[in-house]
Amino acid sequence: MPHTSATEELEILGTGGGAKPPSGPGGDGDGPAGSRSGMPQRIYVTGITIGMAGILMFFMAFVSAFIVRKGVGSDWHAFPMPRILWLNTLILLASSVTMVRARRFFARDDREGFRHWWAVTTILGFLFLAGQLIAWRQMVASGFYLATNASSSFFYVLTAAHGLHLLGGIVALLYVGSGKLKRLTLATATEVASLYWHFMDGLWVFLFLLLLLGR
Amino acid sequence: MGSRKSCAGSAAPAVLMAIVILLLVGSTLYFHIAKTWWFPPAITPVGHQIDQQFFVTFIVTGIVFVLAQLALAWMVFKYRDHGQKARFVRGNHMLEVIWTTATLVIFVGLGVMAAHAWGEVHFGGPAPGALQVEVTGVQFVWNFRYPGPDGKFGRIIPKDIDASTGNPLGLDPNDPASKDDIVSGDLYLPVNRPIELMLRSQDVIHSFFVRELRIKQDTVPGLVIPVHFSVTKIGDYEITCNQLCGLGHYHMHAMLHVLSDADFQQWEQKQEAQNAQ
Amino acid sequence: MSSHASAVHHSEAPKGWLRHYIFSLDHKIIGTQYILLGLSAVTIGVILSVIMRIHLAWPSVHIWGFANGVVSPEDYLRVITMHGTLMVFFVLTTVPQSGFGNYFLPIQIGAPDMAFPTLNMLSFWITFVAMIVLVSSAFVPGGSAISGWTSYAPLSAVGVIAGPGQGLGQTLWIVSIALFCGASLMSAINFLGTTIDLRTTGLSLMRMPLTVWGWFITASLALLAFGVLLAACILLLLDRLAMTSFFIPSGEMVSGVLLNHAGGSPLLWQHLFWFFGHPEVYIAILPGMGIISHVLSTFSRKPVFGYRAMVYSLSAIGFLSFMVWGHHMFISGMSPYSGLAFSILTLVIGVPSAIKTFNWLGTLWGARIQFTAAMLFAIGFVSVFVTGGLSGIFLAQPALDLYLHDTYYVIGHFHLIMGVAAIFAMFAATYYWFPKMFGRMMNETLGKIHFWMTFVGVYCIFMPMHYLGYAGDPRRYASIESVHYLFALQPVYKFISIAAFITATAQLFFYFNFFWSIKHGKPAEANPWRATTLEWSVPTPVPHDNFAGHYPTVYRGPYEYSVPGAADDFIPQDLAPERVAKA
Repeated sequence: MPHTSATEELEILGTGGGAKPPSGPGGDGDGPAGSRSGMPQRIYVTGITIGMAGILMFFMAFVSAFIVRKGVGSDWHAFPMPRILWLNTLILLASSVTMVRARRFFARDDREGFRHWWAVTTILGFLFLAGQLIAWRQMVASGFYLATNASSSFFYVLTAAHGLHLLGGIVALLYVGSGKLKRLTLATATEVASLYWHFMDGLWVFLFLLLLLGR
Repeated sequence: MGSRKSCAGSAAPAVLMAIVILLLVGSTLYFHIAKTWWFPPAITPVGHQIDQQFFVTFIVTGIVFVLAQLALAWMVFKYRDHGQKARFVRGNHMLEVIWTTATLVIFVGLGVMAAHAWGEVHFGGPAPGALQVEVTGVQFVWNFRYPGPDGKFGRIIPKDIDASTGNPLGLDPNDPASKDDIVSGDLYLPVNRPIELMLRSQDVIHSFFVRELRIKQDTVPGLVIPVHFSVTKIGDYEITCNQLCGLGHYHMHAMLHVLSDADFQQWEQKQEAQNAQ
Repeated sequence: MSSHASAVHHSEAPKGWLRHYIFSLDHKIIGTQYILLGLSAVTIGVILSVIMRIHLAWPSVHIWGFANGVVSPEDYLRVITMHGTLMVFFVLTTVPQSGFGNYFLPIQIGAPDMAFPTLNMLSFWITFVAMIVLVSSAFVPGGSAISGWTSYAPLSAVGVIAGPGQGLGQTLWIVSIALFCGASLMSAINFLGTTIDLRTTGLSLMRMPLTVWGWFITASLALLAFGVLLAACILLLLDRLAMTSFFIPSGEMVSGVLLNHAGGSPLLWQHLFWFFGHPEVYIAILPGMGIISHVLSTFSRKPVFGYRAMVYSLSAIGFLSFMVWGHHMFISGMSPYSGLAFSILTLVIGVPSAIKTFNWLGTLWGARIQFTAAMLFAIGFVSVFVTGGLSGIFLAQPALDLYLHDTYYVIGHFHLIMGVAAIFAMFAATYYWFPKMFGRMMNETLGKIHFWMTFVGVYCIFMPMHYLGYAGDPRRYASIESVHYLFALQPVYKFISIAAFITATAQLFFYFNFFWSIKHGKPAEANPWRATTLEWSVPTPVPHDNFAGHYPTVYRGPYEYSVPGAADDFIPQDLAPERVAKA
């Protein structure tokens, strides 16, 4: 067994060198605004990123179930894609654009512009959800219910799961828009909300294409 | 627990540890060598291959088991606190490489060796001229169906399933092929002939298991799963259900009767005669 | 480090009994709550296993609590299902990670709390509700589910026609587990965020204690696995309640009822379940592996042998754990070619576990071993882990699994790893960290009695199960009266049951020791084990924000024991270099 070298011993006893130390808790806050709670603001960005990974796995489970079920079942029949879904997709994409706009205004310290476009984003989010409900009604009108066949089952499951998660996103948008933030700075809150929102948008585009091409 | 005072009296736990480990190793070796509770003799060629693979795995893991447990016991005894200074060692890179490589080679090697027996059971189809028997599991009985003289299995219609009227499998009465199908509550097979079992289930997942065949296969509703083998020894063997299927899981039981060619033909003819009535 | 002193996060404990003890945001209290929850779950779980063992060995003995004193077949299946579900989820997934991890992760990394204290509190209470829902399923009409903790479809999907308990009982099981999934995901976010962002100055990744690494990798697994189980539970619930056919195929005739479902795949449930289920069992053991490395090092007075290799092997196990789920499905009807692929990967995942074992032995080599109760359990862990791990080599080969699948061999294997090794790690953690949690020492003599009885007992219980497996004894059989070749095993059943009774009784020493010592144990100093990591540098009881505003700086790795040239045989992580006493 090799013994530690003399320099290693010194390192342990003496200099305590090694890797560059990360900053500690309560250390770097969020720029001049500082941190309000002693916890660095970056934890919220880390948190939402990690959360998105977990949510992604949840949806990927449904997607893989979709693929397998389509492959084995004999009752996979296409349903007519509710027409409003195309409009809903556009609305959600637009909401991402308006959100980017809002953040640009925020970065330029134009709070008026920021609040305006943030509100537009929120309204577009509500419109999307309303549109999803209409899509469900269009499905029912064409005679495709939850248990009609496997394809329609997945339609409802995927849109419901996405819709619920998007509703959470809308709640976040409202929270940010209210301005009554407790632990997060406005900058952090907008960053966290926008990460989640774009994720929901991208996820929807993926699910939309999956349903469109795979149904 | 001071570091500089010697921990006198610390021999007792080390000795106890050594005793327990020795008892463990000794009893484990004993029961494996004496085969006190053991596999019954295999009755299929693939069963012998499986037993061979088991033996190789047992030797390899057995050596590792004995060495590891004894090393643990020895080190716990040798390095118990009797006033010595512990050796300040962070690790040994070469050792890590060696034992990682060795373990990888041994483990994966075992897996590659075992692939052949697995392939015997599942890759490719049965030998030509194999006797096909359909095995159906249902809560909580086994039904075995033979195609009869026409060599064809009749169609099954689930809504016709009715054990009380003698149609436990739901054979279609309008399908001519099903008239001569033989349905039995026990499995009869001829010795030394290739067999293909087609495994099905009516309701939940069951599992067909005969120890001596060394064959186990889940029966899954919605699937027909083939398993092929040939049996080399005449005798009666027990079939058990091996996948939790409900409250009667423990008594879902049937018998496998392996008969000589002559006896099997006699049995078949008797069943066909009963069908004709 | 003046910014630390000023930026202090809730340094004052909240007033009010409800906020302080029940809905506490303090990770130490939440950790304790999880441990107590786990303790309740394991108590019920052990009682259920004692019932199982009485029934199996002496089927005609009357047991209190059952109709006419008789354990019917469906009662037996209810017992095993509840036992497995409670133990796997509410003991093995909670205590090592959310219990001890919540308590000690922030302290070991020099943080005031977890990153998201409110989320933490919610995780615990949702887990608590999940357990209530599960236990309540035993009291609804039809009783609790009988489909095992694995809940295979279609048995779990078609409702009460498949068997008693498969009605409301099964639905509640699914709801309970779905809630548990949500809580676990929240907890995983917390663990990962905390470890990534809240490490104190000087605590680089390669200076983290192996306990922290264990919790970190475990949280990664939980994050990626529990979402899949949640999705599967939702689909199963829909099959049961909304007439969908995800898992139920066409032509299902159950108990004389022809079902209207069509085209579903029972194997799909298994794939989804085990994609979660295999990482789940590593979630159960990885924190324990971290704890064992930690305890072995402390009481060997030596660094962990091969720290880097330990980190890499923890990571490799975590990564590979997502690729081996098919080894639960060799016999399921899954493609045999997939089976071969899963087999090789399963054998590969055995390698990092073997590396860890070699490194544990390397830690003991040249050591100065102190036989505290915690250390005894750590040494016992190594023995049990070797035994349980090696039986996995048999099961990883599908050719051998043809015989051994769903026999008592499998029960022996996973109990040695989960039901013994992981539990030993929890015992080691308890004996080790008790002084820091409660400011008192547990009684060492009682701890030693507890260890020796348990160590011998668990081998007497679970080694014979391997022999039952060789004899072809199937799992989940309520009785062996129907199969001739099982009659000869009755003496083994009796031996196992007697060993189980003795081992269960031995746990009373632990219970007594634990609760008695909280109030009457010998008062503990802040660092009774003379250990190096940050939790031992804070006073006992631990201040509300862990460090009373003065967050440490870390100067060295976590296992600097018996360093040549140092006066003491340990150097705390946060001791400034100029203050290290030289020999």
